[in-house]
Amino acid sequence: MGGHNRCYQAGSRQTLFQALVAIVAAGASYAWAMNIAPAPVSRHISTPEAMLVRALLDIRDSKFSSARDHIDSLLVANPNFRLAQLVKGDLLLARARPINSIGNESGGSAEQVAGLRDEARVRLMRSQIEPLPELAPRYLLQLPKKEKLALVLDSTKSTLFVFENTGKTPRYVADYYVSIGKNGLEKLREGDKKTPVGVYHVVSRLPKDKLTDFYGSGAYPISYPNEWDRMRGRDGHGIWLHGTPRDTYSRPPRASDGCIVLTNQDLETLATKLQVGSTPIVIADSIEWAKPDEVESLRSELASSIESWRHDWESRNTDAYLLHYARKFTSNGLNLAQWSAQKQQVNAAKTWIKVKVSDISLLLYPGKEDMAVATFEQDYASSNLSNRMMKRQYWIRENSKWRIVFEGAA
Amino acid sequence: MSRISLLALGAVLLLVAQMQSGFAANSYEDASKLFKQGNYASALEKIETVITANPRDARARFLKGLILTEQAKPADAIKVFTSLTDDYPELPEPYNNLAVLYASQGQYDKARKSLEMAIRTHPSYAIAHENLGDVYAKMASEAYDKALQLDRSNTAAQTKLAMIKDLFSGSVVPGKGLSDTAEPAVAGATTPATAEKPATAAAKPAAQPAKADIDAVLAAVDGWAKAWSSKDANAYLGYYAPGFQVPGGEARANWEATRRDRIVKPKLIEVTVGSPKVSFDAEGRAIVKFRQGYKSDSLSTSGTKIMTLVKNNDRWQIIQEKMN
Repeated sequence: MGGHNRCYQAGSRQTLFQALVAIVAAGASYAWAMNIAPAPVSRHISTPEAMLVRALLDIRDSKFSSARDHIDSLLVANPNFRLAQLVKGDLLLARARPINSIGNESGGSAEQVAGLRDEARVRLMRSQIEPLPELAPRYLLQLPKKEKLALVLDSTKSTLFVFENTGKTPRYVADYYVSIGKNGLEKLREGDKKTPVGVYHVVSRLPKDKLTDFYGSGAYPISYPNEWDRMRGRDGHGIWLHGTPRDTYSRPPRASDGCIVLTNQDLETLATKLQVGSTPIVIADSIEWAKPDEVESLRSELASSIESWRHDWESRNTDAYLLHYARKFTSNGLNLAQWSAQKQQVNAAKTWIKVKVSDISLLLYPGKEDMAVATFEQDYASSNLSNRMMKRQYWIRENSKWRIVFEGAA
Repeated sequence: MSRISLLALGAVLLLVAQMQSGFAANSYEDASKLFKQGNYASALEKIETVITANPRDARARFLKGLILTEQAKPADAIKVFTSLTDDYPELPEPYNNLAVLYASQGQYDKARKSLEMAIRTHPSYAIAHENLGDVYAKMASEAYDKALQLDRSNTAAQTKLAMIKDLFSGSVVPGKGLSDTAEPAVAGATTPATAEKPATAAAKPAAQPAKADIDAVLAAVDGWAKAWSSKDANAYLGYYAPGFQVPGGEARANWEATRRDRIVKPKLIEVTVGSPKVSFDAEGRAIVKFRQGYKSDSLSTSGTKIMTLVKNNDRWQIIQEKMN
């Protein structure tokens, strides 16, 4: 052959860049890609992810050799980072022939490649997350002193946020890339491959040695289905926070059967802080952020509703006490009428009642409904019976007044 | 010392070494013949005597590397080519063959580095570029396998890079690479084993090129590109004059065979001729300078090509070509 010139690479890599922009554009957030700001200092994202994002931005800026350096060094430490391997393949192949889209020539199935492209989009989107100190998720109304942290999942950002309980406005600690159910959110049925939306808590810990490699560094089942899910007839089970298999650093954003999947490194970091049996996790479609005074006004509304309920119970004013319960109320299979009848009878037999409520946790339910979950320690004493228990109540706004729609032992 | 003079010095050393012993030259020819006949054991025996007599004989050592490769002794062949790159770092061919051997062992990163060395010494070295493209594709495929957990191990052996069979096959193309400003007219002088005359050195523009001639030359270049694009090897070779200066002083038949292979092998080829400029020298030969674009299913390149055409029986044919 007559010979070839060394400039043969430039054109084909340009198309790789265009493919990247296309991926970004395909996502919801195109604007930020064009206006990249440095990540805020307070944000702690994992090194492999930071390196991957730098490589993707290098590709966008046509700095291919810098992109390769970032990918190569991240792969030294994390050879199981699939998306990084795919980008590496593209960067290499682009030197041999034109590529018109990320992973297009990789030989993977359409589903596999789409999953990894989606991960690229999400990782880039995540690089733009900037937690603002003056905002917090509006779900975290009040956390008891014993609770060290709260988790809030933003599914559109494939991100699990960790907040520290300060007694006042929760403080951002970290956030992690997560995968959720293949079919997205709003779990309804067993096997629907969806992740539930709601307020849950971490119920137990399954150590690594009791699990197959698939779950990675461990698993933390959460309390799906909760009381509200059951009231609405939702079923299924086994929604866990867990890690990834040895050969997989991370999975695409929508990949699980409903579980929330973290990288093993992130799960291990999180595990040191988790309080099994209590740490709350709020799973939302897209987090609603609010200012402290908005959160405070909602919190005090609910706190005074609980106080009023406690007071009316203690004063044995059963009619007033029963006004705190919603029309749709149920508890242990009793509807409001049956419950009212039972309470009238029980309370009438007492000469005195004392109710103490402490360690209140107040979490707003994500979604359209105005609902909150209150969990607290209840110290009940009366002329003929005393007990201490953890109680959970679901409060809904009914005719502008907060009322209890479910009540039971937590 | 500039790279050109280093190369020239290397060439002088080689020639001196080869002239030292007529016996050695004969034995080399014998070994080469045996090698071509597939009689590797005897060829190896023969070439060893040549090397013993003259340990600096690059050509002989190169042949030894080829023989060992054919004998499926890649580790030994790698040693031979590596020592050649140590002693003659200006020669691209040993780097290329080293890369081929590394690639055959799946050591793609080493292969890549060797090819980059070959290209560094000769930036427009076509085979090294093609091989490098293949190595990148292979490395990409490995990364993809890890990304997607594909099992393509059974196809791993399918990529076969091109081994260079003759020393100086790539480096003889006149005016190549060593200097971007190399004029087509000063051809040949920098490289060793070529008998090429600096024939065009005295080139002067002719008085008035006729428009008809320009059109005819452009039509020939266009036809040449079309024949290549349509993978019509016969038509393509028909554009080359009987006196065509085969790169590397290779036998015309060998060159034609290689060209046929390169034209037939890709599934798809697209050759484009961009902004051609025609001039004529004192001997009435046409010199066409254009941007050559080449795209196949495995490679995409572009570069400036300078083609010299002569008129034979009313037909413009290529007498010399080179990429800058």
